[in-house]
This record gives sequence, C-alpha cells and structure tokens, in this order.
Amino acid sequence: MHSDFVVSQTDPRPLYRQIKEQIRHRIAVGVLKPGDEIPSIRALAAGTRVSVITIKRAYLELELEGIIQTRHGRGSFVAEGVRLDDTLKQQELDQHLEAAARVSALLHLTEDELVERLRKASRELPQRKP
Amino acid sequence: MNSPEAPLAFTLRGVRKAFRYFALDGLDLQLPLGQIMGLVGPNGAGKSTTIRLLMGLIAPEAGAIEVLGQRVPEHAARAKRDVAFVAEDMRLYGAATLAWHMSLVASIFPKWDATYAQQLLQRFNLHAEQPIRGLSRGEHIKAMLLLALARRPRLLVLDEPTSGLDPVARHELLSELMEIVRDETRSILFSSHNTLDVERVCDQIAFLDRGRLVDVSDKEAFLEKWRRLQLDVPPGVTLPALADVVELSSGARLATLTTNNYQPALQATLERAGARVHEVQRMSLEEIFVASVMRSRGEAAS
Repeated sequence: MHSDFVVSQTDPRPLYRQIKEQIRHRIAVGVLKPGDEIPSIRALAAGTRVSVITIKRAYLELELEGIIQTRHGRGSFVAEGVRLDDTLKQQELDQHLEAAARVSALLHLTEDELVERLRKASRELPQRKP
Repeated sequence: MNSPEAPLAFTLRGVRKAFRYFALDGLDLQLPLGQIMGLVGPNGAGKSTTIRLLMGLIAPEAGAIEVLGQRVPEHAARAKRDVAFVAEDMRLYGAATLAWHMSLVASIFPKWDATYAQQLLQRFNLHAEQPIRGLSRGEHIKAMLLLALARRPRLLVLDEPTSGLDPVARHELLSELMEIVRDETRSILFSSHNTLDVERVCDQIAFLDRGRLVDVSDKEAFLEKWRRLQLDVPPGVTLPALADVVELSSGARLATLTTNNYQPALQATLERAGARVHEVQRMSLEEIFVASVMRSRGEAAS
C-alpha cells in the first residue's frame, strides 16, 4: 500500500522532508483524500527502510501544518478540509523566494532592492483575465 | 532488577573496562525500547568492547550494565534468552549444514519462528542443505543473521553486520531490521562503519572514539544541530568569538565555519560583524562524525 514511497540518500533534501513532500503530493493529486488513513509511523518506516524517528518528525510537522491529524491509538488521517493544491504551490513559491534571496545576497543587493525587483517582475506579468 | 516490562532495552552506567593498550571509560549509554541505535567509531574506538560488555562476554571493572531489565554479567544467561548477537568473527560449524544449525537453534530457543526462517532463506538466497564449509564469507554472515533473526529476539545486537554483504543482501538486511521495529518493544543495536546505513535506519546514534563516548543523540537532533557555513570575510573584518564553533578554517577572504548548535541567529551575528554568509550547508552523518572525532581528539590533546 505504501511501498511506492521512495526516498533517496543522494537527494539534497533531508529524509524527513522527502517523506513530508511525498505525503503532500499524494494529497495534492488525490491519491489520499481528507479523512483517509495514512500508514502508521512504524509501517511507513518499514516500508521505506527509514528510521522511525525520521518518519515521526515528518508526521509531527505535517500535523503542526494542519495537513494530517493523529488520533491516539487510532492512527493518522488526512485532515478534513485540507486544500493541498494551494499548500503545495505556497511551498513552491517559498522555495523560489528563498532561491531569489540567496542570489540577491550574492549580488549584494539590499532587501529593498530585492523587493523592488520582485514588484517590477510582478507588474510585468501579463494581466490575468478574470 | 527483574522487571519484564523495563522501558529500556539496555543501559550502561559509568562503565569502565581497561586492557593493556586500550581502555573504555565512563561509558553512559542507553537505548529505549523500539528503537535502533547505531554505534559509530573508527577502528579501535571500543565498539566491539561495548557490545561484548553488553553480551556479558566480559565483565566491567566499574559501573553497571542492564540488558532487558537483567543485570549483566550476573544474569546474562537470563537476558540472552531474548537477545541475539551476530559478529563478523563468529563461525558456524563447517562440517554441518545450515539446516542442522537451524534445528539446533530451534531446539534451544522456544520462540524460533520456522516460517520466518524459511522466508529468510529465500530472501537471503541461501540453501539449507549446503554445508557451512562451502559458503562464501557473505553467505556465512547471512546464515548467522538468519539464525539470529528467526529467534525473534527482543534485542538484536549486530557487530558490523553489513560490511561483508553485497548491496542486495544489505538491502534485504536493512529491510528485515526495519520490520523488527514495527514492534515497538523490539530494539536493535548495531555497530557500523557504514554511516550511510546508520543515517538511514537508526533512531539513536552514538559516536565512540578511543574508548570515549564522543556524542550521543537522536539522529534528527544530530542532523539539525550541525551546519557548515561558507563565509565571505572582507578585508579588515574580524569574526567575533562564537560559542559552539567546532571548526573554523579561513583563507584569503573566505572562511568555513562548522557549528554543532546551529541557530538562525548565528547568521545575523556574523553579518553584524561584517561577514557575509554565502551558504548554510547541512552535513551528512559521516561529515558530522569526522568533525566530532577531530574536535574530541583536539580537546584531549590540549
């Protein structure tokens, strides 16, 4: 059931983050739906051959982000009403912004200069039709 | 102590054991039930000594050891009903077959799981009727692992289990280890040079060097606390004295700072001093291990 989770040790992202992203992805594409049960921590650890503590951390963070809910003794479930398509895009945006901030630091831009460049890029986008 | 539901798989408290050219000293280590601990250290660090103390094969000169709630070495025999141990230098009887060994172990340990043993034969690609003498080194290790795993021990202790195995067998072994800790009352201790395996499957990691415990922590905490920062230090700028800096190497204009207690505030502190933080890198367990050992040796020397 969860043997399709695959993590890579050459991926620069830490293992817990890979697990989080794969669960998010399953919710975003609808393989997992709100209310669905997700594998127990130990079952997913066995399925991915990744330590229990790493899976635990991934689940804890997903829980804090409101994406899953853990009910004691009953297991973990996808939270009701979670809209992951948005969450995923938000995350993607954060990653791009982080990359932009890093390049900007290399160019020794000030924060204001960076913000101004972003405004400019945003204004230059073709207007979205309603 | 005789509690069957002890929350810890084992504890070592203030354990000391000296040999002519080597001493293990002041060792404090414990493993909660349901977890996997990786014991990492260079050759001669004391990994095997630690394991032999836990198994009651040698007695400590000071300190206390408990395994599955039993005092060791006094009650080692009682503890060992539920402990299985495999070390690379163990040998099975060359003239006998693996099947003979399987029935021997089954007759001693009532929890022997014959069905699981058959599955392991398949997974490890072993033939029960083959005499041990004809096995390759890797097959010999796999045969010992099979005999240990099929006992369904509550504590599995492995000394360098993956070093003689091919990649497929290693994959199978790591899968079996993870299957064991599906049960939160079973625990595993293994020593390894393979930090990649340890980084993947272990919950707790202990670094040993020259008979001392250099550091021990849960793996996620280890990986979160250590960072390497690449800095751009313009001429005239002096880096402030900082706590938790494990290593600082600087050349012309560029510096690399390694910390074992990373906080985002560190970046601000460095920037305020006039340096620029070019990159903050995560570190692999191997890099963390080497940095820990080098620092520990540096402290011991000064």
